[in-house]
Amino acid sequence: MARLQQAKWFPALKAAFPHTIPIFAGFWFLGLTYGIYMNVSGFSFLYPMLMSLTVFAGSVEFVAVNMLLGAFNPLQAFAMTLMINARHLFYGISMLDKYKGTGWKKFYLIFGMCDESFSINYTAEIPKNIDRGWFMFFVTLLNHFYWFSGATLGGIFGSLIHFNTEGLDFVMTAMFVVIFMEQWMKDKKHTSALLGIGLSLLSLIAFGADKFIIPAMVAILAVLTLIRRPIEKGGAEE
Amino acid sequence: MTLTEQIIMIAMVVFATMLTRFVPFLLFPAGKSTPKYIQYLGKVLPAAVFGLLVVYCLKDVSLFSGSHGIPEAISIVVVIGLHLWKKQMLLSIAGGTVCYMLLVQLVF
Repeated sequence: MARLQQAKWFPALKAAFPHTIPIFAGFWFLGLTYGIYMNVSGFSFLYPMLMSLTVFAGSVEFVAVNMLLGAFNPLQAFAMTLMINARHLFYGISMLDKYKGTGWKKFYLIFGMCDESFSINYTAEIPKNIDRGWFMFFVTLLNHFYWFSGATLGGIFGSLIHFNTEGLDFVMTAMFVVIFMEQWMKDKKHTSALLGIGLSLLSLIAFGADKFIIPAMVAILAVLTLIRRPIEKGGAEE
Repeated sequence: MTLTEQIIMIAMVVFATMLTRFVPFLLFPAGKSTPKYIQYLGKVLPAAVFGLLVVYCLKDVSLFSGSHGIPEAISIVVVIGLHLWKKQMLLSIAGGTVCYMLLVQLVF
């Protein structure tokens, strides 16, 4: 029995790890930065440690530092988080099928569905002989661990860390560009991809960097709904 | 803020984050058939979302001040070029990132 189990999870871990290497670089950089930011804002390392474990959503954790330094306003914290993380709703809709049949792992897969885990789990070509559930589980777990360890180390060593990593955060941009291209090469039609870029840019120009995500999501949803007929008639976007 | 108040604040952040992740799965459980419209969205949304994520990463780049987004533009061209050429995910990402680091540290 033990050997049967091992035969499933170990190859999945080996297959998943290479996909997470860029995220290791990105998450350590961002996680350390976040931990240091918490540290210099006067919080014990326990804060970034526990928050990286429980929230596991980078941008909102940075915002939470400010909220914790401000006045006690749980409703605002709730509303703010909903807005920043609303894009997860799109991830969930896209993963309904892929997370099906993964058993107990499904809860953790949904819990840890950050931008990076979603992107890899959606696009990765998982080899036929690898267990899908375990593969996606390890992608999520490794990412979670990178973020947690980076944030905790940053919180412990805080301002002691000096190294010229200026520009390393570009690793995330580069990764999303590659993932966008991978999706592009898989699709026969590029309507949706072009809408995603175009409507997001329009929304960014109109609403500014801090407020563009929700309008962009609404616009994407509206246009994709309006053009559903022509797209489905012309064959699916797969 | 007291410790209790801080815990409540963090709990709200956790709760709201989990809500955004779990709601689609709660609304459309695996046992029941998912509405056609949602299935359609599940198919077409990802391509648009990856576009949104690229724009999201670049949201703080200013075209009219600083380095005018030139290092970002050059490095993205490098990423695309490498990926079209070799189709090696790690190589494309590493190449673009090293290019960007060199540009912002040494040139701009």
